[in-house]
Amino acid sequence: MNVLAQNPGLALPHLSPEQRAVLLRLAVLGLLGLALSLAAPAFLTSGNLLNVLRQASLMFLLASGLTLVILCGGLDLSIGANVALSACLAATAIKGTGSIALGCAVGAGYGLFIGLLNGLMVTALRIPPFIATYGMLWILHGVTYWYMNGETIHGFPPEFRMLGSGYLAAVPVPVYLMLGVLLAGTVLTQYTTWGQEIYATGANTEAAALSGVPVFSRRLAVYAFSGLMAGLASLVFLARLNSAEGDMGESLTLQAIAAVLIGGTSLFGGTGTLVGTLIGALILTVVLNGMNQLGISANWQPFITGVIVILSVLSDALTRKRQGG
Amino acid sequence: MNFVAVDADKSAPGRRFGSVSGAAWLLLGLCAVFSVLAPGFLSGANLVNVLLQATILLLLALPMTLIILTEGLDLSMGAVLSLCTVVLAVVQIDSGSIVLGLTAALAVAIAFGLFNGLLIAAFDLPPFVVTLGTLGAAQGLALVAAEGRTTMGVAEGLRWFWDGSWLGLPVPLWLAAFTWAVIHVLLYHTRFGARVFALGGNREALRFGGITVKWSLLWVYVLGGVCVGLASLLLTARVNGGHPTVAIGLEFDAIAAVAVGGTAFERGKGGLTGTVLGVLAVGVMRNGLNLLSMPSSVQVAAVGAVVIIALWIDAARGKA
Repeated sequence: MNVLAQNPGLALPHLSPEQRAVLLRLAVLGLLGLALSLAAPAFLTSGNLLNVLRQASLMFLLASGLTLVILCGGLDLSIGANVALSACLAATAIKGTGSIALGCAVGAGYGLFIGLLNGLMVTALRIPPFIATYGMLWILHGVTYWYMNGETIHGFPPEFRMLGSGYLAAVPVPVYLMLGVLLAGTVLTQYTTWGQEIYATGANTEAAALSGVPVFSRRLAVYAFSGLMAGLASLVFLARLNSAEGDMGESLTLQAIAAVLIGGTSLFGGTGTLVGTLIGALILTVVLNGMNQLGISANWQPFITGVIVILSVLSDALTRKRQGG
Repeated sequence: MNFVAVDADKSAPGRRFGSVSGAAWLLLGLCAVFSVLAPGFLSGANLVNVLLQATILLLLALPMTLIILTEGLDLSMGAVLSLCTVVLAVVQIDSGSIVLGLTAALAVAIAFGLFNGLLIAAFDLPPFVVTLGTLGAAQGLALVAAEGRTTMGVAEGLRWFWDGSWLGLPVPLWLAAFTWAVIHVLLYHTRFGARVFALGGNREALRFGGITVKWSLLWVYVLGGVCVGLASLLLTARVNGGHPTVAIGLEFDAIAAVAVGGTAFERGKGGLTGTVLGVLAVGVMRNGLNLLSMPSSVQVAAVGAVVIIALWIDAARGKA
């Protein structure tokens, strides 16, 4: 997709490469939507479209944190497992105390705590990010299974479930969360020094450090942010499912990575935007939802997601090769 | 560059011995702790059991050592192994032929290795994301392949590969020893092995080393595929069938064994002896925790903690 955007023959006037990339992805999304509405009549109903938005907003929450981590040159493979543990702890807190506020604080706070641990492993202990967060993934899985012991916690107060399945002015509540994170995140990354320092760290860590960027704390901060977003996503997920289980959220990590990569954020660090990730989340959700509408077994979903991840990385690498000459 | 990296490895026996002894100490320590805490740990039957269980892990950890030496990673091994048990079981049960089943499983595993290797070597893509993608793909295919098919109850002849013995020793031990010997020769006595060490020493070797070096990187992942195929033979025989999620996460035990064994991420240092000790250490840890009736969830968390501690020590050493 990027390859096309670089082709001068197809160049649109007065647009930066980034804007062209966004337009291209929107076109892909539009074409997918068009094809699906022709192939599956149930796709283009307001009920289904709202459902797509609801799913995409959960995916975006997770993917937004991951986007910052990848922009900064790292990776966070623990987000799915983080969602599971944070959701189970939040569920226990709500059930135990009856306080929704406390439950939300526990879920988000625990997610943040795990993100901080990830950040410390990568910065202070200098463990390679993919291994550190992959280790964290299995530790969290282990702890969650041990904690839940095969049990399910279900049945939460309606006020809490609003967060995942409610509507506000005919729009699903999670969509507002998504827009809030998108707006705050975009301002933070595009219009503040803090954000520019994250791009600089991802593009070239050594150069950034030499020019005075506090690399250590920026890297710590993006992992903490990713953990916080996983905690937030866990609340939305829990409210939507209305039940917590040890194995919830296992497929979310790969989906979030796919959303980030489809959105044009480069795994090599330093390029990408949250708007791109939003479109990536929408494209992936439409694909998965469309497969559902076409009656394709859900067992195909990890396969398709995996293929999308590989194709996106390949396209990213080929684009970079071309730009590098 | 090849020669520099290989010489550096051979001329630093102290450092190499140092990491190997780390795994040896861990193994001894775990054995000491469990022989006190866990009744029955030191019984002959249990120790044979530990060795047998370790064979499947060794088949993954040996090629994983080579992959990590090249600064790579293969996260897809567990998912591909699960897929292969399903393929092996389904083909064997449908056709009645063990040879056909094993051929199909090996073909699938090698295809995945080839695909991983091609993307990583030819296109210079980051290994952890490529193999995360193939992890998803293999997991999906395993679920689809097992959907509505008989996957349990394989032929007696196939189960022999786990239950049987040859010249007084269990068959899995022979298979594991044979694989170790082959990979040992490949790594320490061929040019391919020298290139594996060199690839970890510096990434530039890949860019400027030309096509031979890229081929070596490709073969490392193909070797991983072959070993995963062999492991699927043992695993299918052990569980008497195939299951789409039977080996999910087993690649992490393999990574743990390699890390404990002193093979460093990002520096091309390490070796097979450490990995063998690391496999035994992980095996003893899981077995001991099991005897203490710790649930497998606790074992998984313990393996995760061991990896992080091993890498922390490794990073701290690199700094010193």
